[in-house]
Amino acid sequence: MTDESPPPAAPREDLPEPVARRRSFSASLIWLVPAIAALVGAWLVIRATLDTGPAISISFQTAEGLEAGKTPVKYKSVVIGVVHDIRLSGDRKHVLVTVNLQKTAENFATAGSRFWVVRPRIDLNGVSGVDTLLSGPFIGADVGDSDDEKRDFVGLETPPSVIHGTPGKSFKLHSRDLSSLDVGSPVYYRRIQVGRVTSYQLDADGKGVSVYVFIDGPNDQFVSRSTRFWNASGVDVSLGANGLKVKTQSLATVIAGGVAFQDPPGPHDSTPAQADSEYELFGAMATAMLPPDGEPTYVRMRFDQSLRGLALDAPVEFFGVDVGRVVSMTLDYDEHSQQFAVVVGAVVYRQRLGRAHTKLEEISAKRGKGDDIGTTMAGLVAHGLRAEARSGNLLTGQLYISIDFVRNAPKVAFDPLAKPLEIPTSAGSLSELQERVESIVAKVDRIPFDQMATHLDETVKGLTTTLKQLNGEVLPQFKGTLLSANKTLNNANDALSTGSPLQQNLGLTLDELRRTARSLRVFSDYLSRHPEALIRGRRADADPISEPVPPPAVSPPSGNPP
Amino acid sequence: MSAVSRAEDLNLIGCGVCGLVCRAKPLADAACPRCGSGLRRRKPRSVIRSWSLLVAAFIFYIPANLLPIMRTGSLGDVDDNTILSGVVELWQKGSQELAVIVFTASIVVPMLKFLVLGTLLVCVHRKTRWAQRQRAKLYRLVELIGHWSMLDVFVVALLTALVRFSVLSSVEPLPGVIYFCLTVILTMFAAMSFDPRLTWDCKGNE
Repeated sequence: MTDESPPPAAPREDLPEPVARRRSFSASLIWLVPAIAALVGAWLVIRATLDTGPAISISFQTAEGLEAGKTPVKYKSVVIGVVHDIRLSGDRKHVLVTVNLQKTAENFATAGSRFWVVRPRIDLNGVSGVDTLLSGPFIGADVGDSDDEKRDFVGLETPPSVIHGTPGKSFKLHSRDLSSLDVGSPVYYRRIQVGRVTSYQLDADGKGVSVYVFIDGPNDQFVSRSTRFWNASGVDVSLGANGLKVKTQSLATVIAGGVAFQDPPGPHDSTPAQADSEYELFGAMATAMLPPDGEPTYVRMRFDQSLRGLALDAPVEFFGVDVGRVVSMTLDYDEHSQQFAVVVGAVVYRQRLGRAHTKLEEISAKRGKGDDIGTTMAGLVAHGLRAEARSGNLLTGQLYISIDFVRNAPKVAFDPLAKPLEIPTSAGSLSELQERVESIVAKVDRIPFDQMATHLDETVKGLTTTLKQLNGEVLPQFKGTLLSANKTLNNANDALSTGSPLQQNLGLTLDELRRTARSLRVFSDYLSRHPEALIRGRRADADPISEPVPPPAVSPPSGNPP
Repeated sequence: MSAVSRAEDLNLIGCGVCGLVCRAKPLADAACPRCGSGLRRRKPRSVIRSWSLLVAAFIFYIPANLLPIMRTGSLGDVDDNTILSGVVELWQKGSQELAVIVFTASIVVPMLKFLVLGTLLVCVHRKTRWAQRQRAKLYRLVELIGHWSMLDVFVVALLTALVRFSVLSSVEPLPGVIYFCLTVILTMFAAMSFDPRLTWDCKGNE
């Protein structure tokens, strides 16, 4: 259309006319479109506000790898929030990371929650967080039990080894030192890894280390009240009567250290332990399996003799049972007797006495004096209990302290209230043994070895001449005698052999003798039937009973029935 | 100014579809005798329709810009981008030309449409004679650029389909792109609903 268009002409008459058409449409319905749009928008807004949880702030040493608006916060690999902002703290010493938590993760803004950055990590127990190599680090979260709201957190620099709610129990072990243990060191039960060291700390007094271990369920039930824990680090090599023994838990423990536990042999309380129970961490399995030592008792002994060979940690034995060890040795001087003495200090574990200890306790309890070791000891000392230094090894001269009953021991004063208790000593077997050995040596010394040697020499000389005589004169004669004896025996042999005249003659003689015997029998038979014949002589009639005489060669020589 | 007489003045109606010019008759529902489509002197309730569609489009335009439209992941590094952050990222990484194109297509064009249609509707409402010819040109411009404002949607759709290397890299569409798409469609409808002939219905003519 232009301004120069021709003036409007009158409409042509032949233009077509519109036709009627049915049409029904309520145009006001079009407002449904913006209404729906508004509803959708409102729904988006509501959802956004509902999804937005609390914002928390976590401080880390470094923000390495973290990205605002991108780095997720994950709990059990589920995203519960996103890093919103990363700033330096006011003093520039650490990094403040603001995290927008989701609405469903509201309870992570409570006091017990912990946050740490998951990065690729390589240690002796394996490689973790490999997926973060590509995706970048994320913030791991762990929620606690607390309901107290908290917004500012201090992030952990290393991931916690136990996530809250993991089945299992935590235990506290007391040790003298940490040895080679570290966070994450394995805990073994029958050489199967069932847990790990979660943390450790010095005791408040600095005299020991508390090691916290976590045993995963369901294996935590194997930790009973009487379970013993020991340090399974390294290799345990022992040389015994059964040969060389090398014991390790696993190769990892050789390098990284580890803890093992087991119930002691024999009857024990196998009730599963409560969580957070405390145990002692022993140095080795052998010591761990010993009966519990209980409270140590410090005792002192005064020896008036030299104790060369007695070293610190030397055993203290009672009735042959190892009950303690020597902890100190000092020299003392007695003004009155003007003599030196060695004062030996030792710790004694009364519980190592086993049933004897319990019985003694019962007895003293009956007396109503409680667990009073002094009174008990006084009674024992009155019965002759004495400490002695004995030689444990004659070759090396190692000494040990033996507490034993000495018969007819002289009575000594004993103070049951003294701290520490002083056990009376007896010079004991050591000096006795020395004296005896000395006297034996003196007796041996007195033996006249020189003279004996001379006599022996002469005797040997005489013996030699005798032997020469024997060889030169007696032996040839003896030989001749033997030869003639041999001949005689040969002759005898010939005479006795079958077919020899002697043998034949003997046979004939025997036949003759048999015949004689038979005729004698016939005669005696006849005589028994005809006794008159003895007077009248033999009748002339033939006797039908008389037997024909058998040929001598065939009939048996004797034993025939008549 | 309006020396040219309008069809209304001559009691004529032109068919909006086939262009047949008919004699105006006081019929409630007139139809073109040739093609059968509705025959109206002006599009019915054009202003109201345009307004409602424009308002709906504007409502959807807010989440379209606030929500991320695309998730790109490469080697585990997952990145969610809104329209604006994508533009900023493109600019910072050196593709300024691309950034300009995306910015124009995704932000300038929709905003321009809102402004232009809004202005046209306000002017029609006030029946002003102000800049009638320029307004007509503006309307044609809006119709023209409307075809290009789906650029972002196409980019996301194409990338999602093409970039599928699982771990190495992947592109996923996110809710924002749906709202953006709705915005573009609704603005196009709004532009269609607007009857440009209303521009010439000004006070002096009634």
